[in-house]
Amino acid sequence: MKLNLKIWRQKDAKSKGEIVDYPIKGIEGDMSFLEMLDILNEELINKGEEPVQFDHDCREGICGACSLQINGEPHGPDRLVTTCQLHMRKFNDGDTIVIEPFRATAFPVVTDLVIDRSSFDRIQQAGGYISVNTSGNTVDANAIPINKHAADEAMDAATCIGCGACVAACKNASAMLFTSAKVSQFALLPQGEVEAVDRVQNMVRQMDLEGFGNCTNTGACEIECPKGISLENIARMNREYMSATSKG
Amino acid sequence: MGILDSKVPKGPLADKWTKHKNDINLVNPANKRNIDVIVVGTGLAGGSAAATLAELGYNVKTFCYQDSPRRAHSIAAQGGINAAKNYQGDGDSAYRLFYDTIKGGDYRSREANVYRLAEESANIIDQCVAQGVPFAREYGGLLDNRSFGGVLVSRTFYAKGQTGQQLLLGAYSAMNRQINRGKIQSYNRHEMMDMVLVDGKARGIIARNLVTGEIERHSAHAVVLATGGYGNVFFLSTNAMGSNVMAAWRAHRRGAFFANPCFTQIHPTCIPVSGEHQSKLTLMSESLRNDGRIWVPKRKDDAIAIREGKLKPIQLKEEDRDYYLERRYPAFGNLVPRDVASRAAKERCDAGFGVNKTGEAVYLDFAAAIQRYGEEEALTNGIKNADDKEITRLGKAVIEAKYGNLFQMYEKIVDENPYETPMMIYPAVHYTMGGLWVDYNLQTTIEGCYCAGEANFSDHGANRLGASALMQGLADGYFVLPYTIGDYLSKDIRTGAIPTDTPEFDAAENAVQERLNKLMAGSGQHSVDFYHKKLGKIMWDKCGMARNAEHLQEAIDEISALRADFWANVKIPGKAEGMNQELEKAGRVADFLELGELFAKDALTRNESCGGHFREEYQTPEGEALRDDENFKFVSAWEYKGEPKDAVLHKEELKYENIELKTRSYK
Amino acid sequence: MSGLIKSSIARKVVMALSGLFLVFFLGQHFVINITSVIAPDTFNEWSHFMGYNGLVQFILQPVLIAGVIVHFAMGIALELKNNKARAVKYKQYNGGANASWMSRNMIITGLVVLAFLGLHMYDFWVQEISYKYIAMSPEEPTRYLEETVHKFEPFWRTIIYVISFVLLALHLWHGFASSFQTMGLNNKYSAGIQTFTKIYSIAIPLGFIFIALYHHFNPITH
Repeated sequence: MKLNLKIWRQKDAKSKGEIVDYPIKGIEGDMSFLEMLDILNEELINKGEEPVQFDHDCREGICGACSLQINGEPHGPDRLVTTCQLHMRKFNDGDTIVIEPFRATAFPVVTDLVIDRSSFDRIQQAGGYISVNTSGNTVDANAIPINKHAADEAMDAATCIGCGACVAACKNASAMLFTSAKVSQFALLPQGEVEAVDRVQNMVRQMDLEGFGNCTNTGACEIECPKGISLENIARMNREYMSATSKG
Repeated sequence: MGILDSKVPKGPLADKWTKHKNDINLVNPANKRNIDVIVVGTGLAGGSAAATLAELGYNVKTFCYQDSPRRAHSIAAQGGINAAKNYQGDGDSAYRLFYDTIKGGDYRSREANVYRLAEESANIIDQCVAQGVPFAREYGGLLDNRSFGGVLVSRTFYAKGQTGQQLLLGAYSAMNRQINRGKIQSYNRHEMMDMVLVDGKARGIIARNLVTGEIERHSAHAVVLATGGYGNVFFLSTNAMGSNVMAAWRAHRRGAFFANPCFTQIHPTCIPVSGEHQSKLTLMSESLRNDGRIWVPKRKDDAIAIREGKLKPIQLKEEDRDYYLERRYPAFGNLVPRDVASRAAKERCDAGFGVNKTGEAVYLDFAAAIQRYGEEEALTNGIKNADDKEITRLGKAVIEAKYGNLFQMYEKIVDENPYETPMMIYPAVHYTMGGLWVDYNLQTTIEGCYCAGEANFSDHGANRLGASALMQGLADGYFVLPYTIGDYLSKDIRTGAIPTDTPEFDAAENAVQERLNKLMAGSGQHSVDFYHKKLGKIMWDKCGMARNAEHLQEAIDEISALRADFWANVKIPGKAEGMNQELEKAGRVADFLELGELFAKDALTRNESCGGHFREEYQTPEGEALRDDENFKFVSAWEYKGEPKDAVLHKEELKYENIELKTRSYK
Repeated sequence: MSGLIKSSIARKVVMALSGLFLVFFLGQHFVINITSVIAPDTFNEWSHFMGYNGLVQFILQPVLIAGVIVHFAMGIALELKNNKARAVKYKQYNGGANASWMSRNMIITGLVVLAFLGLHMYDFWVQEISYKYIAMSPEEPTRYLEETVHKFEPFWRTIIYVISFVLLALHLWHGFASSFQTMGLNNKYSAGIQTFTKIYSIAIPLGFIFIALYHHFNPITH
């Protein structure tokens, strides 16, 4: 199929960017979206132009490196996939596809479609862990039975890949889904209880400091999340936060 | 025995590690504050090592090319992690895990290392649960297990089909805690370009800041490489696009021996290649073989009809299907080790029974499992006289709970519903058992340079068993390396900080700069991918699942010529200053072009078939691998001498004192 | 406490609580108003009570006004911060693909409702205050219905009321249910709560519209 790509080009963080048109043909439905961009880049290199830079790594939907706002939606029009898993069969011959970086003040553009998501790392560093040393001197793994439903729910929250689609989709560029997923994972497990009060406060404080917006419960994050992380996690974090602040 | 000293401690196998830990020198906490350690790579091995070293009190600098340690490719491991916990009471023990791993590796790994791995395996699970890793649980609240290929017990712990992700996020969270304490400085989007040796000891690295393009000097008292495998030498593999051999290869060029480069694991259950545009392959977890049955049509004309789209697999009657693994290996059936399953698939497809357009795919069928689980569910839920539809519905629900995310992934890629029609799979490059040679302490042949995880060679011999990579990465990182490295660092307590304004750093930085200039100066005929794809094709065709002397020699010549062409004619747009992803790729491919040749040379030297290394000249009449313990019971460790063809082979003889060498049989 | 209000979650909680308070008030307001159609005497009686009861006038009324101000001020503060959170806007943003119009445009519906509130306050509250405290007119327990019906005589005012109530419905449609999520209530009862909030969001504004139209088409003639 033939496509008309409109891609955001930006030399570096300081430069002003713009949308550039790239017509492309010979695209097949079996190709992934990133393979389509590979083809474009191969063409650009052969023409002596600079290829479009974008983040990607595992190309199987788990590392969270790939991003891209495609026709106004993070990871494109398909649901429960990352851009690397989005296949061109979701598009039609002759389509115009607008490709932009995920946009948020807390995700500054590095170049072209590459963004800096280190704000997510800093939120995790503020408290997204259980403070046990890795010496192995802990109790036996089966010493504390954990309710299967709680364990499964914790797992569902823990599947977050940190791609930032939640922020990109949110009209307020809020990172509540991301932050709440980690808070929830530990809130649901007995191991996480000890530090619960500090964890939620520290993580939320860092989230605010990074300049993410506020949640207005539009639910866009949940719809666009490639891992289907539920809004319930945000409600849980709100509860945890209120109870934590009341405890001081 | 040559110059390789494995430093395996004396004494009975089961006591070696404990005794060794008691004997090695320790560094007192006050002195640890004055010692710096560089960790390159932040996957399971690097991330866990960095966290533990920081907890112990060392100053740690981590480096990764990704934008966050959380994206290291360990994250993509699906199925699970082995541990000799014997929670199922099915007779498991550290010895049995040790035995399975040695046997699975086709007797080409070091006994003492593997035993230590088996011993530490149980600790990993305790540790990860304490960190909040949400492993799957049973209704009673205790941990659940599944089984993997090549073993007869259930010892695999898992977190849905995302075990690697959960374990990596565990290690990442341990790192984050140390970053927050200021004990780890993490350099993300940084790539190690060279290692700096001072007086023969690893004392730092030269790294490129991938955002600004700046070349940076970083010094330390020791350098840990945990940079994963080199499967991307095949271009198409299940590795991440960025996975590369650069750090290990740079260390190799500085004096670290490279061991068993030809030992590569070709994983039997991957989604088949769909066309020329393909950039990478996707694994379908081995855990699927717990429930899926692998088959091709019995008759060739049926296979042809299927390929042409005239026949649907579900239309084929039971008696017209060839469940070739169950037929050939009745004892292990669909759960034979990966090398065996991969070769069997290749054998059927080469014989003309492949089932997709390219003829390179076999079926992985869940219909029987859906039926079996459906009946079980109906029974346990007290549904009497359930009809077929109801049973299928119940069965599908069970399968979905177990493998839902994998099935979804398959459907997204292939556009077929695997609940309704069997999956198509084909082997793909997945893991490299070979890597930098290390002794029992995980030190390479460069003093002060350590290597952990997939990047080293030590534990998996010629074939790795499923769910053992995660085990090795974490055992190395959490429980082995942080202690063995102390023995070395204890001699450095008076050294003080290592300066970076020395001739050694100058020379290394200049070399890096020159290499970058040379890459940028190519004549501009072809893109980096052009060369990478060519290299991959040579590797797959001539150094893949089946190898022979003639092809291997051809591969050596072709790769050597391709390398020369690459340096003369590669085209890299843009500049070396600032982010330049083509330049990043070029540096990596340049090293693959050297490694690939050494790989072929190693395969050519090893005149036997063992594990993932199958030489067509050495097979039994039934087509099984024919190992030669008399002449090849050694680790090949290659010393760099300029061109790969000049590399010098050193042998580490393998001694088996606790295990009897047998012909591996899964019949 | 000031630290608490600084955090994004605390602000949201303030938004939710003030919102819920206003929702509750709205219901109460409706119950009184509907009597103007079905039981005019009761309407006059209740209106008089509300107008002259000390508790209502000097405690509840200021609280209500404070509620409106807090809800409004916080809403503006959040909107400004949210705007800053995406300094460079998308060239193409397909918000409709993943979120409802109502949820994305609370600021628009909110500002319209606020503007309406201005008119409404002018129409009733200002007049009432000037009647009672400036003109010092005597208590007259039966004047309320006639004053109310009289207001709806002009077509333009009725139409403004109708449009405002439609926007109020849109505001409530997202806001009412959303406040429960903010308060951390997302569990097995949520589906029921959601249904209730949706019904409420439609029914109450519709009721107000009915009242406005009823009075417009049934003027009191002397």
